[in-house]
Amino acid sequence: MPANRFNAFTDYGIGLGLRVPHYAHILEQKPTCDWFEIISENFMVDGGRPLHVLDQILEQYRVVQHGVSMYFGSADQPDRAHLKKLKALVRRTKTPWLSDHLCWGSVDGTFTHDLLPMPYTLAAAKRTAEKIRQVRDYLEVPICVENVSSYAEFHVSEMTEWEFLSEVVERADCGILLDVNNIYVSAQNHSFDPYDYLRGVPADRVGQIHVAGHTKFEQYLLDTHDHPVLDPVWKLYAQAIRQCGVTATLLEWDDKIPSFEEVHDEAMKANAFIAGARTAKAAKRTAKTHTALAPP
Amino acid sequence: MPRSTLPTPSGLKPPPKHAPRRLRTDADLRALQRMMTHALLQPLTADDELAPRWRDGRPMAEVAAEFIKPNDRLSSFERLQIYARGYWFRVIDGVYEDHPGLRALLGDKKFSALVRAYLAKYPSRSFTMRNLSSRLPQFIREAPRWTAPRTALAHAVARFEWAQTIAFDAAALPVLTAAEIARTPPARLRLGLQPYVSLLAVDWPVDDYVMAVKTRDALRREASHAVEHGPRPAARKKIPLPRRRRVFIVVHRYPHRLYYKRVDSAGFKILTALAAGRTLARAVAAAGRGVTPRQVGEWFATWMELGWFCRR
Ligand SMILES: [Fe+2]
Repeated sequence: MPANRFNAFTDYGIGLGLRVPHYAHILEQKPTCDWFEIISENFMVDGGRPLHVLDQILEQYRVVQHGVSMYFGSADQPDRAHLKKLKALVRRTKTPWLSDHLCWGSVDGTFTHDLLPMPYTLAAAKRTAEKIRQVRDYLEVPICVENVSSYAEFHVSEMTEWEFLSEVVERADCGILLDVNNIYVSAQNHSFDPYDYLRGVPADRVGQIHVAGHTKFEQYLLDTHDHPVLDPVWKLYAQAIRQCGVTATLLEWDDKIPSFEEVHDEAMKANAFIAGARTAKAAKRTAKTHTALAPP
Repeated sequence: MPRSTLPTPSGLKPPPKHAPRRLRTDADLRALQRMMTHALLQPLTADDELAPRWRDGRPMAEVAAEFIKPNDRLSSFERLQIYARGYWFRVIDGVYEDHPGLRALLGDKKFSALVRAYLAKYPSRSFTMRNLSSRLPQFIREAPRWTAPRTALAHAVARFEWAQTIAFDAAALPVLTAAEIARTPPARLRLGLQPYVSLLAVDWPVDDYVMAVKTRDALRREASHAVEHGPRPAARKKIPLPRRRRVFIVVHRYPHRLYYKRVDSAGFKILTALAAGRTLARAVAAAGRGVTPRQVGEWFATWMELGWFCRR
């Protein structure tokens, strides 16, 4: 069940984030990579080297757009000029789906460039879902919203984060980019069980998964994307694909970026968990068949 | 100091007096978001901590507790502080990366104070960090105390560095060909300058200065990569300040790489006149009498080869 309407019925495998330090290697060596995730904002420019590089990448690879500034949860209306630029990029990359975060980060047109947590209330869920619909209708591409790492919660919240996520995606009828590292980080920071979160996610809406590394401080975890993925996050990932099916997966590595090979090798670790999930599923099916065939 | 005099960052609406107790409407959501944004945008203390007081003089801890839950490890104030630091370090880094020259000129401490004061007044108004320093040259002029006694030089360096951001990824419009130019008589022909081209007349050779800083920094980076195999790299070598001298610089790209090209004052006058919308004939006349038609012809040949002209 990897292909669903939230990832345009594609069956993408393991992807990597396209990052500047790897440009030369990718363009010269043309390494194998199922797909690249690009940060939309880096290419929402009018010309120059970014688009020149992107066009060369597009000749060789499949690209999926991931945004960091749509701020579905901001009280501000989506900005028309911004949407227009984004749509031009969607046409250029032919991204099968587009993701951005379930968060806010700007108000009255002033930007923090951060992914700030939402107040988990019904009113905020309704507002956010409406905005997702507006953006999708304009861009004409399926949208997956990503859960963020957070370090604070609001007094006004009336539900859990996963209830809020479900409320938003059901109302917007959109997909989920499930970031299992973010679930883990937030679970530690807010003392909930990450597996409760997973169980609360509408699995049939998950169109893509993120894995990443984080940093441990004494009193909280910080989502830094500057490490290999930690073991408890891989475990959570294994459970996520058991629950959602094998899903397009991307490793995020955005800081202290090592060589392309090193990032690639780290991402490929996901294969072991995918294989595990496939075997478990096959075993379950065989067991079922045997039960069906067993004499009464 | 009366706290109410704390300036509201440009473009931001004032926050509510108190955080909303319930969130039932879009207005409540906006009020909460304004409250938190104001808290994040207040400059950090000298020790990089969240400001101890809210804009109206109340303790920040009290204000943070109005909207952020504490947990068993962190107070509301501390949780808000994680975001405030994240915000400031992110935007300071963004400006830092784009201004190696200004950093070298002012020194790290003074540069950091300038950037913090700048961002406190002019926070980002764009979805992309690329535009973070668009108003920095203007701010340097408005608030000279952060760069004194080198305000004019700092302004020139900041303009030059911002021009590089423009040259990197601004639009390239279809280039005007010689044939197209030949079709219109000079008295009527108006040429556009590519959006990625910036014309700078400055009182210091800031191009040489910034180039020297970049070369030094690149060498240091190489040396620090090799540090395991050799002696520690030497301390940062100081680049001598440029001597005052009027220069005319065109910052551009070709085809995707950044370049700075010096032109002489007559050439600069022609380019500036064209950029201002003068006809070709009037722009060339602006250069004055000391320029021969042959010289002008050579300049245009080079400029056209570089693709600087487009339709307007
Ligand atoms: Fe993510």
